[in-house]
Formats: sequence, structure tokens, C-alpha cells
Amino acid sequence: MIALLTPRNVVVAFLLLLLAAVPIYAAWTGNAFLVTLFTRIIILGMAATTLNLILGYGGMVSFGHAVYLGIGGYAVGILAYEGVTTGFVQWPLAILVSALFALIVGALSLRTRGVYFIMITLAFAQLLYYFGVGLDRYGADDGLSIRQRSQFAGLINLSDRTLFYYLCLALLLVTIYLTWRLVNSRFGMVIQGSRSNDRRMRAIGFPTFRYRLTAFVIAGAICGLAGALLANHTGFISPATMHWTRSGDLIVMVVLGGMASSFGPLIGALVLLSLEEALPIVIRAAASPLFGDAAVRIAEYWQIVLGPLFLLVVLFARGGIDGLLAGARRD
Amino acid sequence: MTDARVDTLLEIDGLTKRFGGVIASDAISLGVRKGELHAIIGPNGAGKTTLIGQLAGEIAPDAGRISFEGGDVTTLPTYRRSQIGLARSFQITSLFLDFTALDNVALAVQAHAGHSFHFWRSARGEADLRVPARAALARVGLAERSDVLVSNLSHGEHRQLEIAMALATTPRMLLLDEPMAGMGPEESARMVKTLRELKRELTILLIEHDMEAVFALADRITVLVYGRIIASGSPEAIRANAEVRQAYLGEQEQAHG
Amino acid sequence: MLLLLEQCLNGLQFGLLLFLLAAGLTLVFGIMDLVNLAHGSLYMLGAYFAATFVAWTDSFIAGAVLALAATLVVGMAVEVVALRRLYGRDHLDHVLGTFGLILFFNELVRLIWGPAGLSLPLPMWLIYPVEILPGFFYPTYRIAIIVTALVVALFLYVLVMRTRLGMLIRAGASNREMTGALGVNINLLYTLVFGLGAALAGLAGLMQAPILTVQIGMGENILILAFVVIIIGGIGSIRGAFIAAILVGLIDTIGRAFLPDLLRLILTSRGASTVAPALSSMMIYLLMAIVLVLRPEGLFPVSSK
Repeated sequence: MIALLTPRNVVVAFLLLLLAAVPIYAAWTGNAFLVTLFTRIIILGMAATTLNLILGYGGMVSFGHAVYLGIGGYAVGILAYEGVTTGFVQWPLAILVSALFALIVGALSLRTRGVYFIMITLAFAQLLYYFGVGLDRYGADDGLSIRQRSQFAGLINLSDRTLFYYLCLALLLVTIYLTWRLVNSRFGMVIQGSRSNDRRMRAIGFPTFRYRLTAFVIAGAICGLAGALLANHTGFISPATMHWTRSGDLIVMVVLGGMASSFGPLIGALVLLSLEEALPIVIRAAASPLFGDAAVRIAEYWQIVLGPLFLLVVLFARGGIDGLLAGARRD
Repeated sequence: MTDARVDTLLEIDGLTKRFGGVIASDAISLGVRKGELHAIIGPNGAGKTTLIGQLAGEIAPDAGRISFEGGDVTTLPTYRRSQIGLARSFQITSLFLDFTALDNVALAVQAHAGHSFHFWRSARGEADLRVPARAALARVGLAERSDVLVSNLSHGEHRQLEIAMALATTPRMLLLDEPMAGMGPEESARMVKTLRELKRELTILLIEHDMEAVFALADRITVLVYGRIIASGSPEAIRANAEVRQAYLGEQEQAHG
Repeated sequence: MLLLLEQCLNGLQFGLLLFLLAAGLTLVFGIMDLVNLAHGSLYMLGAYFAATFVAWTDSFIAGAVLALAATLVVGMAVEVVALRRLYGRDHLDHVLGTFGLILFFNELVRLIWGPAGLSLPLPMWLIYPVEILPGFFYPTYRIAIIVTALVVALFLYVLVMRTRLGMLIRAGASNREMTGALGVNINLLYTLVFGLGAALAGLAGLMQAPILTVQIGMGENILILAFVVIIIGGIGSIRGAFIAAILVGLIDTIGRAFLPDLLRLILTSRGASTVAPALSSMMIYLLMAIVLVLRPEGLFPVSSK
């Protein structure tokens, strides 16, 4: 039993308890912002987990994964705009269209390797981004407001902030669990083997292309669902969600948190978003008494640390936070 | 050169490959008989690796034909060749470094155990995969090292693992690319013993530099120089062949004093 | 007809600017096998430095030269301090590490110059249009860009093909260990090559500055185009980058200019004006996707590597 109390397990357990307790704590202290912040963390953690499937386990560096957040979001947004507010149509469509786009992009991109693959996924992301910018009817550059959350015929009211939070949390945990099952199955072995040594995989008899494409589609589809959640959460969707730098953020979450680990992406999302949102507040609160006005400036510019920090992680702590927790990583 | 077709498992006919101005394979024709261990020797740069590359399907020949068990496989993709029973080991170790030895071989087993669109059941728990994998490891003498990460294995153990993986795909024929590369005398002797046992049930095309091993194991030897076959026959015939001695063995004898 | 000529010249100018950016990128990629996403940041720094120095010295030329020097120094510093450790690593590590540098530089610029952009006004002698053909006027500045870029292209050609340094660069590309064994200081060589790439990016940035606004994140948008260029042209090939850059520049510019009219023939006027800008932006990516699908190594791949 004591053996289970590894640093990594303790941190993950603590994290899960924390996430479960947020709405309760928020209600108690009257701080609704916390729920909003953590809902966002959970949704992006879910998106990062799907990216981890193809990036961390599969070695496919997709710089266009954020498009699926956009596709899911626009599915909800466009349908809502046209009067279809039922989630029973919006959400499956979000997943389906994402899967379809992933199929096309994957079929064309997965024939390439290395940096060519990175660039072609990036190109497809930009294609969709500019396509979104051209969607005059749906807000183009400025984006589209979503006035009403997805309706589920009274079964669940997504406008209830706490309820929505727990729904997202549940979906996140399901995603993490499914990913875990997936990567340890026969299918997952092929994906991981392909990352490790694709040439060898083909030499021993695996037609690796079809498996990698399948993983690519699965990752895109579930990320589309995360996109639908995100659109519901922010009440807004714009092409900016699909810009390649947003995909870069997702990659940062995965690498920072720990590639090829179950909870790494969630940890990465938590760390990144907390730093972005919470740290400035913390710094300002902590440093104001001492440094006054300067503290405000410091808080605004802390982000300058993030870049080099990330570089250091890439150079020296390749396994990310999860790797550090798990001890020496054999990378 | 070729005997009754029915006896020949792998037939190479006029295989030619050029890289820019260099001829790596110059109309190579040879047949590997069923059940034999056929060795290919030759100085560095003779085109041995290019030949294996074409046999395995990684390099497309400019001309010529490759037949396996009577069927034309010249344009067959690599993974298909493995599936029809033509397995290959790599000269430069090409394994799954972040997995255990057992995981590596189990993957090879999995490749030939139907499709892999199974998303739920844990692959590491499947006896169908693990049992044959352990058997293959035992055959090359790595049974005790099954659960060690490949990156922690010695070079000699890597070479053994290469063979185990090729074996796990239940092949009809093995293409072995310098299995003894970089091995010391003790490890080489062990590998020779392993290969001698395998010889009894498999057809083997062996590319090797280690002359002792070649002459101990080979039923027939083909000598490749600058992409061309200059001699092919029994070990005694090759040893006696003047041209071969000059081109290749002479250097070897000098090196060994 | 004159409109077409004008657009062709604009396309050429844009293409040459892209070439400057792409040349540095492909050099670094081809020789050090380093994927540098932060190349766009150097482009941005070139523009910011130029805006600042031109304002200080009140001279366009002096400011430009100082900006170029500053970018060169920053580039070499980044190589020595941060990028050196990435050599030999997985491309993914390069992408991740240099992405971190993008974040860093964007924040640094925000810290030093503030979040609002800058502008770089042109001196009078560069504003007057020049009469190239009877009745056809073209901005002097754009001609200056074309001429400068062509001169630099020629210089690069001579450098890589005809000088000892160029030979070392090419040798380093094919065989790092041997070149090192020959007694050549590989570290110094790489730093210089990276510096050259940085200078080229900075030059592109400072030349582009008066035409576009100087703002944070300007590097990211054009970086992708530069990558598209080197992918189409073939990684490591400067000649390929040159041809691909001109091609991309022309297609993009002419496409943007004439696509709305073309579309108006098949769609309604309102539809055309909606779709046209998006479609123009998408064209280059479509082109790259097509090229990669048909020729995964680019149009002029550098053979060994």
C-alpha cells in the first residue's frame, strides 16, 4: 500500500481532489471566477490529452490540433446561429466533422515525416483559419457569439455553472481513462512502436499508416467535443482559436506536463493556465506591499520567464513535470 | 546457376540499382535453395546492404526481379514481405529502445497475429502474444533478460534480440544483415551456435564479415565485389578461387596474420 | 496591362523578401539540421531595431545598418547561449525549444517597446516614384527592395559556391565529423552561419517595416510563408528557396489582386468579395499541400543528408 504513495500518485490524487472541490470552495467563498478558470483548465486539459495520444504516444507532432477546438466550436456556433440549439445535434456533428477533417488531413499528411509533417499540419491549420476568417455570415474575423448553451431537452442544464463544470470534469476523466486503455491495447502498442521505430514496425509486418491515421482521427474527434464544450463555456467562437500558435500552446501543455503520461497533459494545462491567469494576481498581491507600482509591471511581464523555462524543460527535463515526479526518465 | 525451380525459395534475377553514378547492384542473379544457409561476403562498399534493402522492400531496384516461393515480390511493400514469411534483421541495431526485450518481441508476434484494431484489452496481458515471445527469446538465449529495457542491454544482446524479433514473425526465410557486427569472440561463438540450430528449420541468407562464422555455417557462399557477383559455390570452391582470394580473402588473411 | 505589370513587380518584391527570410532558414536547416521557429522573431527584431535606430540617428541608411548589426549580434548570442544545445536532437525538440524562444522574444519586445506597434516612416528620397516605362510609375522604395534583395542573392551565391567559407559550409552540411576532424572550428562555423541567417531575417524585417506595421507577432505570420517556401523549394537548397520564393510571391500577390475579379465571374459580387480574401490566403497553403503530396521532398531536394 505504501508503495502506491509515489510522488507522482500523490500529486495526481491531490490534483483530482482539488478539481472535485473547486465548485464547493467557490460557492463557499463566493468566488465564481474560480469555477470559470478551472472549467477552462479542464476543457483545455481534455484537448491536450487528445493531443498527447498522437504526440506523446504516437510521435506525430501536429501543429494543427487546435483546429478541432475550432471545428467543434463552430459546429455549435453555426448551428445555434441557424436556430439549431439542441446539443443532440450539435455535439455529434462537432465530433463527426472533426473526425472527417482529421481523416483528410491525416491521409495527406501522414505520408510525410519529421519537419515536413509538422509543416503540413501547420499549413492545414492555417487553411482552416483563413477559411474561418472568410466566414462573413458567421462573424469572420470578429467571431460569433453563442447566445444559448447547447440544449439537452431538459435532461441537463448547461447554464448551471457548477453542473457544467462537473460535466466537463467527467468528460475529461473519461477521456483520460479511454486514452489509457487505448495506449495499452494492441492498437496502442502499434502507435507507440511507430513512434519508437517506424521502419522496424514495417519490417516486422505492420502496415503502420492505417493505425496512425486511425489514432489521428480519434484524437481529432474527441478534441472536437472539447471544442463544443469550450464554445459553450465562453459563449463565443472565432478563427483565432484555430491559429497555429494556439496549437503551439497545446503542445506546450503536453510537453510541460509530461508526454506519454496519463495525467501529464492535464498537469500541463493546469500549470500553464494557472501561470497565465493566477500568477499575475498573486505577484501583484504579494509584491505590491513591497514594491508598489513596480509590482504591477512585474506581474504583467512575468510571461517573459515562460519562454526560457519551456526551453529549459525541453533541454533538461524532457519528461516534463510528470517525468520529474516519476524519477529519472529513460528518454 | 539455379537448380529445379521447386527447390529455390528466393530467386533474384538481374537485380540492378544505381545511385547517381555509382552502381550498387550490377545485374545480380542468384537463387537461395530451400533449407540452405547461403552466405554473401564481400569487401566494404560491395553493395551488400543495398541488396538487402532491395530484398526487404525498402529500396526499389532499377531493374530486375525478385521472386519468393514462386511469386513476384519485386514491388511488394516491406510489411507485406514480412507477412508472407520473409523476415529481416538489421545491421545497425534497430529496436524499440524504450520498451523491454519482451515487449519488442511481443510486437513482432503481434504483427502476425491478425489485425491490431483492438482498443481495449491490455496487450501486455495477452498470453497469445507473450508466450511465443518468451519462446523466441529463449531460443536466442535471452530468456533471463526479458524484462530489461532494451536501452539497458549490451550490444551483443541487441544482436541476439534482432534475431529473436525476426524469429517471432514465424518466417520461412531469414535475411540476416551482419548479425555478428561488433561482437566479441565469446558472443560470436554463441551466435554461431544459435544460427546453426536455426539452420535446421529455416532458410537463411546471411550477410557477414566474420569469415570463421561464414565458413562454419554456410552451405553455399556468394562473393560480391562492387555490386557484382564474382564467384558463387561451395565453401571449398570459394576458398580455392584465386580471384576471390585476391579481392577479399587475401586481405582477411593478412589481417589475421 | 500596366496593372498586371505592377502586380508582377509587387509579387517579385514580396517574393524576394520571402527569399531573404527563407534563405536564412534553409541555410540553418540544411547545414545545422536545425528547425528554427524563432527565425520570425529575428525578422521582428530587425524591424523594431530599424524603427528605433532610424528615429535616433534620423538617417534611414544609418538606422538600417545599425539594425542589421544589432540583429546579427542578437542572433549569434542566441545561438551560443540557447540553440547550440539543440544540435543533433530530434526535430521535435527544435520545434519545442524555438517555440519557447518565440514566446520569450514576444514578451521581451513587449517589455522594451510596449504592446502598441511602431511605425517606420520613409525618407523623402525613397518616397518619390520612379518612371520605369513611359507613363508607368513605380515606388522607389519597392525598387530599392528588389535591387537590394537581388544583390544579396548574388552575394549568397558567390559566398556558398565560390569562397572557402562557402565550401566549408557545404562540407559541414554533408559531413560534420569529418569537417571537424579537418581542424575547422565547427562551433564557430555554425555560429557564423546562424548569424548570417539572422542578418538575412533582420534585413527582411527592416525592409518590410515601412510597408507593414511593426508589431509583436509579425514574425509568426510570415514565418509560415517562409517555411512553405523552403518546403516547396526543398530544404537546404538556396536555389530552390529562390525559385519557390518568387513563385510564392507572385502567386500570392497576383492571386490577391485578380482573384476577386475572377470570382465575380462565377459568384455574386457580394459572395466574391467575401470569399476572395480568404481564398487568396489559403492558396499558398493549398500549393504547399499539393507539392508535398506529389513530391514529399520538395521541388529541388538536396540529395544526401
